[in-house]
Amino acid sequence: MSPHGTSETATPALEVVDLAKTYGTVTAVDGISFSVARGSTMALLGGNGAGKTTTIAMVLGLVTPTRGTLRGLGFDLLRDRRQANALMNFESPYVDMPMRLTVRENLTVYARLYGLNHVRDRVLAIADDLALTEFLDRPSGKLSAGQKTRVGLAKALINEPELLLLDEPTASLDPDTADWVRSYFEAYKARTGATILLASHNMGEVERLADNVLMMTQGRIVDRGTPSDLLARYGRSNMEDVFLDVARGTGIRAEETFMEGAPS
Amino acid sequence: MSKHMQSLPPIERHNPAFSFSRVSAMVLRYWYLLKGSWPRILELGYWPSMNLVMWGFLQTFLAQTTDVFAMAGGVLVGSVLLWELMFRGQLGFTISFFEEMWSRNFGHLMVSPLRPVEFVAALVGMSIIRTIIGMAPALVIAVWFFGFNLFELGIALVAFFANLVVFGWAIALVVTGIILRNGMGAESLAWAVPFIFVPLCGIYYPVSVMPGWLEAIALCLPPTYVFEGMRSILFDQVIDWQRLVFAAVLNAGFFAGGYIIFMAFLRSAKERGMLLSIGE
Repeated sequence: MSPHGTSETATPALEVVDLAKTYGTVTAVDGISFSVARGSTMALLGGNGAGKTTTIAMVLGLVTPTRGTLRGLGFDLLRDRRQANALMNFESPYVDMPMRLTVRENLTVYARLYGLNHVRDRVLAIADDLALTEFLDRPSGKLSAGQKTRVGLAKALINEPELLLLDEPTASLDPDTADWVRSYFEAYKARTGATILLASHNMGEVERLADNVLMMTQGRIVDRGTPSDLLARYGRSNMEDVFLDVARGTGIRAEETFMEGAPS
Repeated sequence: MSKHMQSLPPIERHNPAFSFSRVSAMVLRYWYLLKGSWPRILELGYWPSMNLVMWGFLQTFLAQTTDVFAMAGGVLVGSVLLWELMFRGQLGFTISFFEEMWSRNFGHLMVSPLRPVEFVAALVGMSIIRTIIGMAPALVIAVWFFGFNLFELGIALVAFFANLVVFGWAIALVVTGIILRNGMGAESLAWAVPFIFVPLCGIYYPVSVMPGWLEAIALCLPPTYVFEGMRSILFDQVIDWQRLVFAAVLNAGFFAGGYIIFMAFLRSAKERGMLLSIGE
């Protein structure tokens, strides 16, 4: 059994098949397929406009795909996402929490929205865990960027999600705070066995957190593999160089059949 | 992991199809915002009170010079109060919705287990709270300054209130739907759209003075029956319940239509990716 009492099966935590999104003549995501094994971390890596955020938004239900199928935690996310939403959560520095509410108020509202028991204790515990106790009664808008990120993280983890989606979670953080946040993700994953889908520009973050990487360009998956696979395939010593090779089309490209194959 | 976290009992998830707990969580969210901001509370009562004072003195002047106003004291004040009920009911819904747009929090809500119907229920609940807070000073001023007690309309006031605020919510559903689909550039519709109904619903005059075709439109709108009903009580001391029931049936249709339009715009907003750029 998983920490949340759901059956542990071979079913992936997330399965995406031929997912596409077009806006008029613009293709944001172009028929991508992938799956994320339970308990693993998958990183979406690509430049601006590669389709990472749109992909995450479609998984979250904020954007309706033009075509394709999406299954998350055993639920068809395009037909019935109510149950799945209770088991998922996300964090992004680009989606704010209400600034005028205090940290305690914000977390209380979200704990209740996720239908949790022992709301008061749970808010205190997550605040304690994320070193937010002293800020609990401060308006969220009056916190520093690092503190706001921790509040966003507390909101994202308050329901102990089985599937956690992160959109550039450490963007605009100083290296020390970013390292602290990454350590927290590692500890959370180790404790709960949660699955993480991560979109990032930060190559160090991807190398450190991801079990598998999808390289995206112009809405398509152009390569995939573990960080070490990709480093070996491109003959590079770090993911930043791999990223530049893929973004500029200068490196050794994978076979077309591999690139757009069935879910890994 | 902190000791505090370790001592917590396992998470129990309650995720019914409709959850009053989620509705109350959202009402709590808006209440936190309201109670922490005295300018917001002040503004709630400011406009209805100012409006009432202006129309109240006009009523006093007209009563001294015109027979019809002398005959039915309070007809203008009553009209203003009832109009404000509808307008504030609509604004109470839309402003709470705007708070999500202004704070860019809507994305978090839409990926939570909160369902659209629960979100709408919370906005309705908050509209009632905001309307009561906003109207209270105006109701007191009406009694103290102009000798008009809205509660003297008796049991009919309940029917008037229900018909007006439900129609206000129907308008609000359409307006918020348009904003979801088109972004906050359409924000001003929240203040503009209700005023379409000021001339149409015969707020300050009987609909019989309108041209026939306009009167036919007016009779399709539930508030018309409320304002006609109020004048009927003040001038003739008669309550036409049959017409108020008809207005309620019309209102049920308007509210259902508003909800369907809201859901259609929400779907459209998701198709167009508008929820990603909301607030911009």
